[in-house]
Amino acid sequence: MRLISAGAALVFTFQIGNAFAEGPEVNNFSLPNGLEVVVIPDHRTPVVTHMIWYKVGSADETPGKSGLAHFLEHLMFKGTAKNPAGRFSQTLATIGGQENAFTTADYTAYFQRIAKEYLPLVMEFEADRMTGLVLTDENVLPERDVVLEEFNMRVANSPDARIGEQVAAALYLNHPYGRPVIGWRQEIEKLTREDALAFYRRFYTPNNAVVVVAGDVTGDEVKRLAEKTYGKVARVAEVPPRVRPQEPIPVAVRQLTMADARVAQPSLQRSYLVPSASTANPGEAEALEILAQVLGAGETSRLYRTLVVEQHIASGAGGWYQGTALDDSRFGVFASPLPGVTFATIEAAIDAVIAKVAESGITPAELDRAKTRLIADTVYAEDNQSTMARWYGAALTSGGSVEKVTSLPARMRAVTIEAVQNAARTWLDKRRSVTGYLVKELPENQEKRS
Amino acid sequence: MSLAFRLCLRRLHRPVLGTLVLWGALTAFPLSASATKIEPIVSPGGITAWLVHEPSVPLIALDFAFKGGANQDPPEKAGVATMATSLLDEGAGDIDSKSFHERLEAKAVEVSFSATRDYVSGSLRTLTENQDEAFELLKLALTAPRFDGADVERIREQTLSELRRATTSPNELASRRWWATAFAGHPYGSPPRGTLESVPTITVDDLKAFTRRVFARDNLKIGIVGNIDAAAAGALVDRVFGSLPAKSTLSPIAKASPQGLGQKIAVDLDVPQSVLIIGGAGILRKDPDFMAAFVLNHILGGSAFSSRLYKEVREARGLAYSVYSAVMPLDYAALFFSSTATRYDRAVQTLEVMEAEIRKMAETGPTEEELTKAKSFLTGSYALRFDTSTKIAEQLVLIQLDDLGIDYIDKRNDLVNAVTLADVKRVAKRLLEGNMLVTVVGKPQPAPAKGG
Repeated sequence: MRLISAGAALVFTFQIGNAFAEGPEVNNFSLPNGLEVVVIPDHRTPVVTHMIWYKVGSADETPGKSGLAHFLEHLMFKGTAKNPAGRFSQTLATIGGQENAFTTADYTAYFQRIAKEYLPLVMEFEADRMTGLVLTDENVLPERDVVLEEFNMRVANSPDARIGEQVAAALYLNHPYGRPVIGWRQEIEKLTREDALAFYRRFYTPNNAVVVVAGDVTGDEVKRLAEKTYGKVARVAEVPPRVRPQEPIPVAVRQLTMADARVAQPSLQRSYLVPSASTANPGEAEALEILAQVLGAGETSRLYRTLVVEQHIASGAGGWYQGTALDDSRFGVFASPLPGVTFATIEAAIDAVIAKVAESGITPAELDRAKTRLIADTVYAEDNQSTMARWYGAALTSGGSVEKVTSLPARMRAVTIEAVQNAARTWLDKRRSVTGYLVKELPENQEKRS
Repeated sequence: MSLAFRLCLRRLHRPVLGTLVLWGALTAFPLSASATKIEPIVSPGGITAWLVHEPSVPLIALDFAFKGGANQDPPEKAGVATMATSLLDEGAGDIDSKSFHERLEAKAVEVSFSATRDYVSGSLRTLTENQDEAFELLKLALTAPRFDGADVERIREQTLSELRRATTSPNELASRRWWATAFAGHPYGSPPRGTLESVPTITVDDLKAFTRRVFARDNLKIGIVGNIDAAAAGALVDRVFGSLPAKSTLSPIAKASPQGLGQKIAVDLDVPQSVLIIGGAGILRKDPDFMAAFVLNHILGGSAFSSRLYKEVREARGLAYSVYSAVMPLDYAALFFSSTATRYDRAVQTLEVMEAEIRKMAETGPTEEELTKAKSFLTGSYALRFDTSTKIAEQLVLIQLDDLGIDYIDKRNDLVNAVTLADVKRVAKRLLEGNMLVTVVGKPQPAPAKGG
């Protein structure tokens, strides 16, 4: 039984096979300044994962300032008036705490993993840097170089990452999800201290944040601590609704080819514009999750079976769905052709696999396997306080809710074969997609083809 | 491949050094003494395992390892151990590959196998209610893998595809070149995943010979965590591992120390960011100085955002996103590594900064304050390694592989605290004073402008 003590308490019971999985008691409350708090107790080890999630990501950046959300994330480690440069990290380094932070299109999150007795301390530090950040050119400019090296490592040095950026940029005609989270290089290079501070003042305020604490704590304990720390932080800004430019209905089948001399193994990837868990009609995102499992997850998936095992034309193939997103999201498929196999052959095989699901659906055994796996994931997640904290944090900053997380098994269980077939038919329409080919060099006839 | 919206972590340790456990990032199994109780069990069939009975989560995590990994690959056939372990879940007994995967999925059983230089390891996670099916499948995978021709070819193609990608990956090139130079003629010089030349020559007989020689009861270590008591765990151990041969037949491996120290090897590759690895002789796990080396490494380039390399290379100069050092004790050699990636035209400068920090540490050692902080971090972060069943099971196996004793977890923080300033200073010289072998992969750096 999972219990959510929010304003109105909701109770869920879900069943895994024959056994009852008792989920943790999740507490969810808000402070008067608008900060939301989620507490997920796990008393097995005297350790706590403390995270703060801001409802701001790269998709909230002003055009021309790409990479700013992520740059600010780096700069959040530069200190405040009360806790100057390095004190927070030095303290963690002394008490044996782990820390890090990450940025996506929809959220920016910071976390510490610590022995439970240090929770008040890290909440104090984190509350302080919510509004107290001090930046100087002396610490901002070297950090921009660090971010450029991160760009080099993640993107410039990796042909696979580079084409991934190109496909996303081509897929989104209007929505900022087309921009890389890390930013376009020429814009990262020009980000300034003033840019970062302006962005900080717009978005870093208690009414735009969610604190998630998982581990050896109780809801009451965290509530008291949150009131004493975060509760003292005044609202800095009223945050407007997160309304981003939306996508028009896609109408064109798009293809792009990127050549990179370092490509030793050509590959193909395709992204479809599809609803996310927060934009989908009820049941649709769940059907897309199941569809991604059946089409693309692992060796029993249809893409792998067909392209790799049966037709022997690819060394790898699969698919995925990014359900957690505030706005319309992506469903992807990919394959690496065996030497001598053309992209046309690969693509025809992928198209046939998808068409078959759209025309005749999936089998009951496939449906059951996919559900079992997705539901078991929720039990496995309960073994890991960090995973739990991430699930809740990501949901609450991407348009979801505590209820949406706890109801996941029940929602998965309700998916029908027809719903999966409908999802394939409706959303895996090639006109909604961009296909990218990654090659070593452009073919001779490239000019004529384009 | 499947991440739609990339997560940008502020800092990332890149696994450039291959599949081995890096002690800089991974040691320290920590446990707050109160939380986890390890029971040593001996099954009715005489197999030893370590068990943590944890009834509060409805799952069982089982990890195991067989000593003898890629170091057992026949000469000229690098990649046998990796390929054999990749094929264990591709059909076993009467069950073909497709059915095997379907049965795992139908019960949401997660199983994975991998080969490092010194051992083959496996990890299984199942809901308690599905344990019968889970352990039956695991038993078949270990005792009766099929190695059907079509599956072998498929996994071979997958491996070759990855190896082709590796030919232009600066991390892979830097790492492969380092190991090939340091351990020329020794099994450690061969990449565990094999090469584009060796993988095509591997036969089904090679794979079968490998599992026959290596999968045995005398070189086996097992860790079990979850909702299962000692009696049930004993029965399951016998069921899964009981029919393996009593004795392994491992080829003897010579002890080795890294060669080519003092050399700097540049590999040309047209990439914007150069990758560099500095490596030298380390300190074996059984050496009385190991713990001092571990603490010292934490101060130089360990995992907190406060190491000397982090401060000098990243924070003060903005030269890199990731920079670290690690001590890596293998079974037959011990190593020290430091690595980073930086803009190609700053590679020389970055290497100089890192070498200067290493030299400085060798000459003067850490300060008393650094030592105190390092001990505080390492002992304080102890419990973080023990907060999931899977992590605990993994640690139980690693402690056994290193033969540290079942009371190691209780002693470990005392061992860290016992390290003195004199120890770390002595070990700094021992570990860092000698020559290192450097590999740099990237564009050649333009000659520096004079007089600036």
